[in-house]
Amino acid sequence: MLADKDRIFTNLYGFESPGLDAARKRGNWDGTKAIIDLGPEAIVDIMKKSGLRGRGGAGFPTGMKWSFMPKEVKERPHYLVVNADESEPGTCKDRDILRHDPHTLVEGCLIASFAMRANACYVYVRGEFIREREALQRAVDEAYEAKLIGKDNIFGYPFDLYVHHGAGAYICGEETALLESLEGKKGQPRLKLPFPANVGLYGCPTTVNNVESIAVAPTILRRGAEWFAAIGRPNNTGTKVFCISGHVNKPCNVEEEMGIPLRELIERHAGGVRGGWDNLLAIIPGGASVPLLPKSICDDVLMDFDSLKNVQSGLGTAAVIVMDKSTDVVKAIQRLAYFYKHESCGQCTPCREGTGWMWRVLTRMQQGNSRPEEIDLLQEVTKEVEGHTICALGDAAAWPIQGLIRHFRPELERRMAAFKQAAE
Amino acid sequence: MSVRRLSADQPASFAFNDANAVRCEREIAKYPQGRQASAVIALLWIGQEQEGWVTKPMIEAVAKMLAMPYIRVLEVATFYTMFNLEPVGEHLVQVCTTTPCWLRGSDDVVAACKKHIAAAPHTVSADGKFSWMEVECLGACVNAPMLQIGKDFYEDLDGPKTEALLEAFRSGQTPKPGAGNGRHTSEPEGGALTLKDPQLYNGGYNRKPEAP
Amino acid sequence: MPSRKLIVDGKEIEAEDGLTLLQACEMAGAEIPRFCYHERLSVAGNCRMCLVEWVGAPKPQASCALQVRDIFPNKDGTPAKINTKGPYVRKAREGVMEFLLINHPLDCPICDQGGECDLQDQAMGYGRAAFHRFNENKRAVEDKYMGPLVKTIMTRCIQCTRCVRFATEVAGVPDLGATGRGEDMEITTYLEKAFASELSGNVVDLCPVGALTSKPYAFNARPWELRKTESIDVMDAQGCNIRVDTRGPAVLRVLPRLNEEINEEWISDKARHACDGLMRQRLDKPYVRKSGKLQPASWGEAFAAIAARVAQTAPERMAAIVGDLAAAEEIKALKDLMTALGAAHLDCRQDGSKLAPGPRPTYLFNTTIAGVEAADALLLIGCNPRWEAPVLNARIRKAWANGNLKIANIGEAIDLTYPVEQLGGIEALESNPFLKVLADAKRPMIIVGTGALSRPDGAAILKRAAKIAADSGMIGPAGSAAEGGWNGFNVLHTAASRVAALDLGFVKGRDVSGIVDGAQKGEIDFIYLLGADEFDVGHLGRAFVVYQGSHGDAGAHNADVVLPGAAYTEKDGLYANFEGRVQMARRATFPPGEAKEDWAILRALSDVLGKRLPYDSLDALRKALVAEAPLFGELGKPHAHQGADAAVWSNVGADGPLDVSRKLAPAISDYYLTNPIARASETMALCSREFAGGSHKMAAE
Repeated sequence: MLADKDRIFTNLYGFESPGLDAARKRGNWDGTKAIIDLGPEAIVDIMKKSGLRGRGGAGFPTGMKWSFMPKEVKERPHYLVVNADESEPGTCKDRDILRHDPHTLVEGCLIASFAMRANACYVYVRGEFIREREALQRAVDEAYEAKLIGKDNIFGYPFDLYVHHGAGAYICGEETALLESLEGKKGQPRLKLPFPANVGLYGCPTTVNNVESIAVAPTILRRGAEWFAAIGRPNNTGTKVFCISGHVNKPCNVEEEMGIPLRELIERHAGGVRGGWDNLLAIIPGGASVPLLPKSICDDVLMDFDSLKNVQSGLGTAAVIVMDKSTDVVKAIQRLAYFYKHESCGQCTPCREGTGWMWRVLTRMQQGNSRPEEIDLLQEVTKEVEGHTICALGDAAAWPIQGLIRHFRPELERRMAAFKQAAE
Repeated sequence: MSVRRLSADQPASFAFNDANAVRCEREIAKYPQGRQASAVIALLWIGQEQEGWVTKPMIEAVAKMLAMPYIRVLEVATFYTMFNLEPVGEHLVQVCTTTPCWLRGSDDVVAACKKHIAAAPHTVSADGKFSWMEVECLGACVNAPMLQIGKDFYEDLDGPKTEALLEAFRSGQTPKPGAGNGRHTSEPEGGALTLKDPQLYNGGYNRKPEAP
Repeated sequence: MPSRKLIVDGKEIEAEDGLTLLQACEMAGAEIPRFCYHERLSVAGNCRMCLVEWVGAPKPQASCALQVRDIFPNKDGTPAKINTKGPYVRKAREGVMEFLLINHPLDCPICDQGGECDLQDQAMGYGRAAFHRFNENKRAVEDKYMGPLVKTIMTRCIQCTRCVRFATEVAGVPDLGATGRGEDMEITTYLEKAFASELSGNVVDLCPVGALTSKPYAFNARPWELRKTESIDVMDAQGCNIRVDTRGPAVLRVLPRLNEEINEEWISDKARHACDGLMRQRLDKPYVRKSGKLQPASWGEAFAAIAARVAQTAPERMAAIVGDLAAAEEIKALKDLMTALGAAHLDCRQDGSKLAPGPRPTYLFNTTIAGVEAADALLLIGCNPRWEAPVLNARIRKAWANGNLKIANIGEAIDLTYPVEQLGGIEALESNPFLKVLADAKRPMIIVGTGALSRPDGAAILKRAAKIAADSGMIGPAGSAAEGGWNGFNVLHTAASRVAALDLGFVKGRDVSGIVDGAQKGEIDFIYLLGADEFDVGHLGRAFVVYQGSHGDAGAHNADVVLPGAAYTEKDGLYANFEGRVQMARRATFPPGEAKEDWAILRALSDVLGKRLPYDSLDALRKALVAEAPLFGELGKPHAHQGADAAVWSNVGADGPLDVSRKLAPAISDYYLTNPIARASETMALCSREFAGGSHKMAAE
């Protein structure tokens, strides 16, 4: 188990004050000047060495992402945009950072912006997190007041931090949709090229990072790349906030070591599966977008990017959704299919048309009102969506269904047989 | 998501009240010159806080303030689902029913809303105090099932707790938001198992080592 | 521009970095299906039909959304391999096509797009054969009101957003949008408002399915029933290239033809939709006024009546006016006839503009239409290009959108779809802050419009405009911008016939207002109107008026003899556009009833008048025309691009005071009703009511 001394989000549960004084006691804003004095290149280098992979779901190395920004500011200003549009079902980690430990983020924004030569940063908070954005704004105001940020802050690097909010659209968690939304448009993802580091917010070089990725940066820079890299496993280093929800005895958030066994995570921190480990049916290990895993895989899989990829799932946002044997697993996935249909932006054909089709077929299948050959049809439709869309929402809509078919095909067929029998 | 259109019944006019006009200015000032359209969501939101829902005159007023074509603001108002395009009850009850909440009994929460507010969503209750709707994941999954009333999340619910919550609102109280099963926030029920080392809170660990 | 090598379907090509991969594949001879992609619109990348295989990439690539510069070579340095064919690509596209079709209605038999539908065509190539497997209900979408021209059947929409991008980017009228999201996303105007652009009809061409179709043409014909004639539009002076689609005697629709130098692939709503006016209010037999009323007559009677009057009239009491839609051939024939009769007064400037018939550059749009894209500063004087030449206006907007074109206006403040600095009234000609911008610009230009030139002080305005042009270095070396030349002095004409008539010197003696004045005072006894309806025709006193033209408009109503002529779709004719570019309009149908081609009427009349014109065929007439004005023998070339000749520019216009008390009014008050054909058109009347008459909405559809 991760020792308390190695935890970054020391006020994750909000037992302490989120205010600046308390945050300073927890070590935030300590030695920030010394970090700034390292210079952008050294900071990016440390981030690279730490092995931190983006905490928003895709797991792209954060230091490398930072290094894509132009090395000097020309006529276009640089921007850091923080993705606090936390909307992946199962995920509620950034919420705790925003409301309980906001100074980790504020300090991270300053340092990351400095490292990428940005003098302005926007934090895009999902619209529903009203109290959370108020909490963040309080921390921002405190930091301005204490001249930790602002045009004339004590670090001598002019920096403005703005809190921006959305109004109900999962797709805005996709980085380019987020930029569109931040520009006052519908949140429809942009084409993959050019990358935001070249043409991002307002056409300027921009990096979009997840809240957690930015909030862990100051501690990594304080305690050193080696400290962070020593936690977890190679290529999957550091700590991670896990969200454990669903059929466990004590759902909770917890910061743990990357690579912790899934079973240990659940039994040590969340009071175990309701009715015991043997009552486990399946787990979605990384937020709604990743394929579920049946118990047999859950027994010994490790919770990190590479281990979960090896079992055809993913770490995603590390949101662990547990389903015990009482679960109507088809309904669980059908509900996610509805979610993706509801949240499709409608821009590109396969997702706009495919998410509705998949949801409707699954809705019939939940009743059993279907034929076994339609399982293959559904599988083919998921394949027609996957990889053919502008952004990853199409993939995210397809994968949970592929997981269902992969692991629970007999259950689907059983229902169809029962439905047919009942009809006769 | 169904087709989102503006309400057939629209007020004649809209204007931000003085306090909100100041808030709008503050929002617009966050963005570089010529990029004031960035404030469109914030302004519509402030308008919705003032009126309860987004009206046609509001869309046009916001468009003029931000020098945007009406259609662009209409696109935004219909794209983002937090914008209510019809009047709502005094307390808008938004029940999360996405899988993590559903697994922990959001059906019972919905049933409580049907019983205490109205059989159908998007219907203002007879006393005008409530309307309810199902929403997608609100991001409080370890405190499922949950719902949002106004700005606040009410968490760790079940059917009876939801009924009591709604009754409290109906009688004019504002119950304390947050976790509903005795815990503080997102720690495991019965008390946190981590973050107990007192050194964490007096700056013991998270320090930059002195330069050698 | 840098380029790189690609191997497309096994064929090595070298493509410029800035091209899209889709264009590069086409260079290699591949056919790439697409719905959302359009060369003249921003790249949306949303339909996903143009997927290709980039060997080594993990998934198929939307070829419209990648530029050649993004296609890096293989690790071993060999050019990237792109496959546009094969099972991998086919499967991907079939998947997209299936998605497009699951919610698309099977109503092709009653769809006006049938036979010219991209979805229909591409479904032949990528549709799943023989069976469908979508067992859910299909989506239905409510139709939207977009105005009198664009009919919507929104269930057919595939959300490609071409129309939205056209409205926003090309037309500059951001009235269209996509509301809602996901499968409920809908294309609409703002709350059932009409699409208020003079270019709105182009969205019908752009729509790859039958969601947006032509309202006036609804259920009229199938494309394969139509005879297609390539021609030239005359609704304004731009000379937009059109295709006239006819069935039997009827012109059923007008579509644009591609011409990069003139209209790209757009035409205005008037060019497209005034064609129903060709079947209405037509003069189909000669008339002679007897006891105060126009009575049908034979050609012989009509000619005899004219001959009788001509015989009694002294040449100095005779006048002729050329209308706005006349072709060069009939202008030449009328001029030759009038010259033979010794008529003292000829004019072609119905609007009263003070332009002189030469030297040529002084009345042309010298910059050329395509040349506008190279300009960096533009001063408008008394013109509204949005109404006077909507497609030119789109080009100005394009130049503004592409770069640093700054635009200022002297005259009424108008919404031109791009930002314009307002300099005030005509007094601003003497001094204004924009003169410095013009002087500092590399390629400055000025456009003088009819609104300015037709004022009593028009010649003085013209003089000052020419001086501004000379002072700000607008008159550079000859040649196009690409060749290093520049001429920034431009006159914007509104009449299709005008440049040819000026070229042929149809200006002599009294001008139009002088002729009217003379007629009222009894100094002019005989007036020949060649399709001239746009001046004060009702106040010609006791003068004997011959009206030759196609429509029963103001001119015919006030005439003593009416000779039925041919409209622009009913004759072969040469037109010189405002750039001086000569193009040929082609006959698509025959004139109705006893009406005849206009040159032939004049030729026949000349015989009766004893002044037989020396040409028996249109060819012979053209030879005579070219002999007089050789430029009519060089079709298609802009004769603008003429360079500096100080003497020319110092002699433009006339000295005189400016009337600063007079408002600089626009030349056109109702874009939709500027000529007899448009005024006869029910469609244009609807548009006029909807847009020009204070947004009077038609009864619900």
